[in-house]
Amino acid sequence: MASPVPVKEKKLMDVKLGELPGWILMRDFTPRGIAGAFQRGYYRYYNKYVNVKKGSVAGISMVLAAYVLFNYCRCYKELKHERLRKYH
Amino acid sequence: MNENLFTSFITPTMMGLPVVVLIIMFPSILFPSPSQLINNRLISLQQWLVQLTSKQMLAIHNHKGQTWALMLMSLILFIGSTNLLGLLPHSFTPTTQLSMNLGMAIPLWAGTVVTGFRHKTKASLAHFLPQGTPIPLIPMLVIIETISLFIQPVALAVRLTANITAGHLLMHLIGGATLALTNINASVALITFIILILLTVLEFAVALIQAYVFTLLVSLYLHDNT
Repeated sequence: MASPVPVKEKKLMDVKLGELPGWILMRDFTPRGIAGAFQRGYYRYYNKYVNVKKGSVAGISMVLAAYVLFNYCRCYKELKHERLRKYH
Repeated sequence: MNENLFTSFITPTMMGLPVVVLIIMFPSILFPSPSQLINNRLISLQQWLVQLTSKQMLAIHNHKGQTWALMLMSLILFIGSTNLLGLLPHSFTPTTQLSMNLGMAIPLWAGTVVTGFRHKTKASLAHFLPQGTPIPLIPMLVIIETISLFIQPVALAVRLTANITAGHLLMHLIGGATLALTNINASVALITFIILILLTVLEFAVALIQAYVFTLLVSLYLHDNT
């Protein structure tokens, strides 16, 4: 099970399935680490879809669709009682 | 139905966490900051719009008033983007809350008034009495002008709240009516649907116009006082 490269420095795709819990526990969960994760995720999305030479409407519309989905999940509790007909 | 109509206006909390903070901060993600001379399409479009708006809005001010450029531009961007995002389905619009609009209106209005009092005291006090009033009317007119001055921030906040809330409520009601009418009478439902479409177009316009009006009035109060 001992691999030549330490588990902590491997990227997620290189980590074997058995090493996964150890890899997750070794991630940086301090506030600074979490902020860094958000920043990396933001720039990854931004550089792939928005910061390109011929960016299109797909870049922001994916963000807006995710926003709509988030708000739907937020209101699901009130929405699940809505019905168009009393008896189907 | 009564309870359902107003549930979209309560402050969103998810399992006790105030999600409303995230929702208020969300529009800032949609405005990336320019890093190069020639940026990507999104940033170039936003830069062009901001320059267009700022030139038009700051043309009437003198040098002292133009120091407020950043404040006015961020105000119109914030209110415009928040109102437009509120038109997406199921979303929460922070500007429907009177508390937030008062929090925006009162400090800005107070800033303009205090600026006027500090730098042009006589001219600011002279605003309370229009020119050419007959002498017996002066006391009453001063009282009226004072009241109209103090009602400015309340009017700013309530105008924005009422417009956006009323628009959202109307859309909910007419949308519900359209759904209920599809089974009863399809042609009436079609008319109601057309009304709904027109209302949505109006709401897009109102979202932008309200932002503009708010910012314009703040800049007008500023112009009076610098």
